Amino acid sequence: MPIIRPLEEALAPITDGATLVVPRESTGAAMEATRALIRRGVRNLNLITLPTSSLQADLLIGAGCVATLETSAVSLGEFGLAPRFTHAVRSGRLRVRDATCPALHAALQASEKGVPFMPLRGLIGSDILAHRPDWMVIDNPLANSDPIVLLPALKPDVALFHAPTADTAGNVWIGRQRELATMAHAARATVVTVEKLHEGSLLDDPVMAAGTLPGLYVEAIAVAPRGAWPLTLPDHYPNDGAHLAEYARLAATAEGFAIYLDRFVHDRRAA
Amino acid sequence: MTDAPPDFSTEEMLADVIASLIGDLRHVAVGAASPIPATAALLARARGGGRPYVSLLQSRKHNFFTDGGRELFDCAGQGRVDAFFLSGGQIDGRGNVNLVAIGDYEAPTVRFPGSFGSAYLYYVVPRVILFRTEHSRRTLVPRVDFISAPGVSDDNVFRTGGPVALITNRCHFAFDRMAKRFRLRTIHPGHTLEEVRDNTGFDFDMPESVPETPAPAADTLRLMRETVAPQLAEIYPEFAKKVFGLAQKRAG
Repeated sequence: MPIIRPLEEALAPITDGATLVVPRESTGAAMEATRALIRRGVRNLNLITLPTSSLQADLLIGAGCVATLETSAVSLGEFGLAPRFTHAVRSGRLRVRDATCPALHAALQASEKGVPFMPLRGLIGSDILAHRPDWMVIDNPLANSDPIVLLPALKPDVALFHAPTADTAGNVWIGRQRELATMAHAARATVVTVEKLHEGSLLDDPVMAAGTLPGLYVEAIAVAPRGAWPLTLPDHYPNDGAHLAEYARLAATAEGFAIYLDRFVHDRRAA
Repeated sequence: MTDAPPDFSTEEMLADVIASLIGDLRHVAVGAASPIPATAALLARARGGGRPYVSLLQSRKHNFFTDGGRELFDCAGQGRVDAFFLSGGQIDGRGNVNLVAIGDYEAPTVRFPGSFGSAYLYYVVPRVILFRTEHSRRTLVPRVDFISAPGVSDDNVFRTGGPVALITNRCHFAFDRMAKRFRLRTIHPGHTLEEVRDNTGFDFDMPESVPETPAPAADTLRLMRETVAPQLAEIYPEFAKKVFGLAQKRAG
C-alpha cells in the first residue's frame, strides 16, 4: 500500500479501543484527522496526551470517542476550562489517569529505548502517585535510603500528529518539535497529516534532515492543508482565537456542543 | 481589589515584588497563562542586562529549547532552572498546591485542568514562587483536597527545590521551609492585616509589625513600561494593552 493515502484510509490503524498518543496543543495537533475520526465514530480510545491537550481531547471526549485519558492537563488556555472534559470527569463518565508532564515524556522515552521503565524524580507525596497503582516507588539500588518512582514504559498503538511537510518515501519534517519524534519512536505505528508534500527526499539536505522523522517509523501520511486548524501549526499559522472562543461558548452545554459538531465536524469534508 | 495609588498599577507592583524575588539567577522559566510572572521575569532580565535567561514556555520568541517538550524538565532535573512559578485552584498553609479537583477525586464537584509539570518542578527548581491573585478562603485553604505537588517532603526524599513565597493580590508571604509554614512578609498598599486574616484559610506566622509592600521605583516602572511591555505584547496582547496601554499586536 502506498504510504501517502487519502485521510480516511490513513486513519485506518486507529481502530476502536486503540491506545492513541497525540501531542500538546501548540506543536501540531492533527485536527482535520480528529474530525474525520469523529465522523467515522471511533469508540473506546485510550487517549494519551504528550503531555497536555486542548480542543483535540475535548472534542474526542465530547463526541464519546474516549474511554480513558492519560494526561497532565486538558484546558482551553486563555479560553477557559475544557468544557466537555470537565463535564465528563464530573459526571464520572471518563476515567482519567492524572500524570505530570515529565512523567509522560519519560514513560514514552522508556518505550523509545525498549526498556521496561524509567525512573523519575519528584512525585513522592503527590496524590497523583497515590492514584497511580501502575507507578511504583523503589529504593534506589545504587544508593542508601533514596526512594524514587518508576514509570512503566508507555507503548501506544498509534501516534497521530500534523506536520508541515513529508516526502513520498514517508520521511516527515518536524523541525524543532522533537516530542513528535519521541511519540513516533514509542508508538507501534505513526500516522501523520501534512500541509503539503515535499519534492525529492528530505534526507538529501542536511539542514532539513536534522529536523526529519525517518519514514521507518511512519505507517501512513495524508495531505491535509491547514490540518491543525483551528489550532496552531508552529511557524505556519496561529491559533484561530475567534473560533476557539466560539467553541468555548458552544461547548459549555451538551446542546451547544452538538451544534458545534453539526456545523464544524459533520458538515466538513476532508480536503 | 482596592485601587493602588494612581502612579502605578497593582500588576506593576506585583511584577516588581516577583522580580525582586527572582533576583540574580541564571535561568528562570515561566509557564503558560502567567502574564504577571512573565512581566517579572522579563523585568529581571532587563535589569540584569540580558541575564537571567528567560524561558517563556508559551512564546516562540522567548523560548530557546530545541529538544522538544522534555528539555525543560531534563534541564530542571539537572538543576539548570533556578526559578519557576506555580499557581493552584487551592493552596494550603504547608505549601501544597491543588491543580486537579475539589471534592472526591473520582467524582469531583470542580475539576481543574490538571497538574501540568508541578509534581516534578516543585521538587527540583530551587526557587518556586507561588502566585495566585485571588486571595480568598476559597483559594487559600486549611488543607487542599488533592495534592498535585507537596510543599515539603520527608528528609530522605530527593528535593533540591520548593516554594519560597506566595504572592497574592493582598500580600506577600515568605515560605519558611524549616517551620513548613508561611510567614507574612508585607501587605500591599490599600490592604490591611485584618483583611488578610479574614481571607486566609490557613494559619501563618508574622512579625510584630508587618511592613507595607514597597512601591516600584521610578526607574523600575520606566524599564517595565518602555522595555518589558513591548516584549510582553507579543505573548499577552490583551494584558499589555490593559496594563501598559499598548496597541494590540498579532501574536506570531
